[in-house]
Amino acid sequence: MKDQIRIFSIETISSWFLGIIWISPLLYAFWAAFHPQEYSTNFDLTAPIVLDNFIEAWSYAPFSRYFLNTFLIVTFILLVQFVICTLAAYAFARFEFFGNKILFYLILIQLMVVPEVLIVENYKIMSQLNLVDSIIGVGLPYVASAFGIFLLRQTFKSVPKELEEAARVEGCKIFSILMRVYVPLAKPTYLAYGLVSVSYHWNNFLWPLVITNSVETRPLTVGLAIFGAPESGVNWSIISAGTLLSVSPLLLGFILFQRQFIQSFMYAGIK
Amino acid sequence: MNTKISHHIYGWLLVMPAVILMGTFTHLPSVTTLISSFFSNETKKRPSIFIGAENYEYMFEDPVFVEAVMNNLWYSLGTIIPSIILAIIMALFVNSKLPGKTLLRMAYFTPTILPMIAVSNLWLFFYTPDIGLLDQIGALFGLESHNWLGDTNTVLACIIVITIWKEAGFFMIFYLAALQNISPDLKEAAALEGSSKLYFFRRITFPLLMPITLFILINATLNSFKLVDHLFILTKGGPNNASNLILYYIYEVAFSFFDFSYAATITIFLLVILAIISLAQFVFFDKRIHYR
Repeated sequence: MKDQIRIFSIETISSWFLGIIWISPLLYAFWAAFHPQEYSTNFDLTAPIVLDNFIEAWSYAPFSRYFLNTFLIVTFILLVQFVICTLAAYAFARFEFFGNKILFYLILIQLMVVPEVLIVENYKIMSQLNLVDSIIGVGLPYVASAFGIFLLRQTFKSVPKELEEAARVEGCKIFSILMRVYVPLAKPTYLAYGLVSVSYHWNNFLWPLVITNSVETRPLTVGLAIFGAPESGVNWSIISAGTLLSVSPLLLGFILFQRQFIQSFMYAGIK
Repeated sequence: MNTKISHHIYGWLLVMPAVILMGTFTHLPSVTTLISSFFSNETKKRPSIFIGAENYEYMFEDPVFVEAVMNNLWYSLGTIIPSIILAIIMALFVNSKLPGKTLLRMAYFTPTILPMIAVSNLWLFFYTPDIGLLDQIGALFGLESHNWLGDTNTVLACIIVITIWKEAGFFMIFYLAALQNISPDLKEAAALEGSSKLYFFRRITFPLLMPITLFILINATLNSFKLVDHLFILTKGGPNNASNLILYYIYEVAFSFFDFSYAATITIFLLVILAIISLAQFVFFDKRIHYR
């Protein structure tokens, strides 16, 4: 028993030590952002707490526009993903149509060939479609998501067929069966997939960097990269404030709905 | 018969939007990438012409490309193994009855939801010479200041550390799920037998974590070829290409040097690597299903 308590405390100390190391870059950003610049590398606990850095960061770069762009991109992608993936997943789960197996494998290829890898050719395609530097251009390569189709197909397949037949007897057509039987039963999947998709696209960088070139379309990540570049000459405290500003919605959401976030990532990853 | 035909029609109608969009932005560009890798780059003066495998010959002799590939191999190795080990340790911590484990889980997982660009901004401070935290700690021990990101010997390690920090917490949740599936009976039985914690981990927990480790291993490997966002902030592939990675080099060749054909050639190389890793996944997972 004595032995167990000793191990227990070593475990406690080391787990907390690791935890503090893990969170320290973020803690430091809070320190730098909320204190005057001269305290950014001087950890004096009596340093005054100020909001100047946030105000200045906000005035250095058009953050409000970037926020709007990111919000539009994420919403556009999520809504279209839900529609397209639901339809396709329903087909793969419940219809024996010609070529369905080959088609499904072809779709799964996207799990490997993510749009980031194809930036060069996708840029050319977007310029042919006249969608360079547009919100739709940022979102379009992602809306038909193999991951979403796969996840929803698994869920739809687990819905008992009797439910569908009962609905059919009541005279429901294919589309209303989908909307009344399948979609409501797949709510947890939509929540999990939605959270993963929003986090992914809120944070996505490479493709938006390639396809946007104006303030009107640039998402937060790209704006932040320009803002934080050493050439811009902005100091530490302000960069920290800007960084915190741009991660705050997702960070706040995560802190409030920690369980759902972690469960969603778990659920989506393991399926 | 009638329902059969309608099944075909409905099935195709339902998948049509997904097929068109995915074909346009995944399959079509994959094919055109392959085609343009066999052509010379189109410039204002010279049109694009068929040049066979010339781009590929050039690629394998391009010292920057070779360096990017080697860096990527080190980067993969250096990120995957430590982050898996850390993820297992974190999962064990969070799964035990430690005080404040909800907070701990949050601390470990938070880097996962931060964008790589923001993460790079946070870490830049640690690595800055003189005023950076790493140098300040070093100064306490009388070490001289060091330009961590400006030194070809340390830059890749710095990038690797950030990636480990970002990914370990993400992998932790998969181990956590696996740990929660281990029956408590096993633990009771082991306690009755009087086996030590370490013994229990070695003989029971660790073997049961193997399938999920395989899954994480493959996904971590795929990630290590796709995750380059932090290079844009921290190093831009430098100094002297010491931190250049394959996907970053593709971006550079295409959008800084405007050599789209050569960028396509490197993209094909990357696609082949990703395909090999994914095939490994299929083979392993088929095996796993047979065991069940």
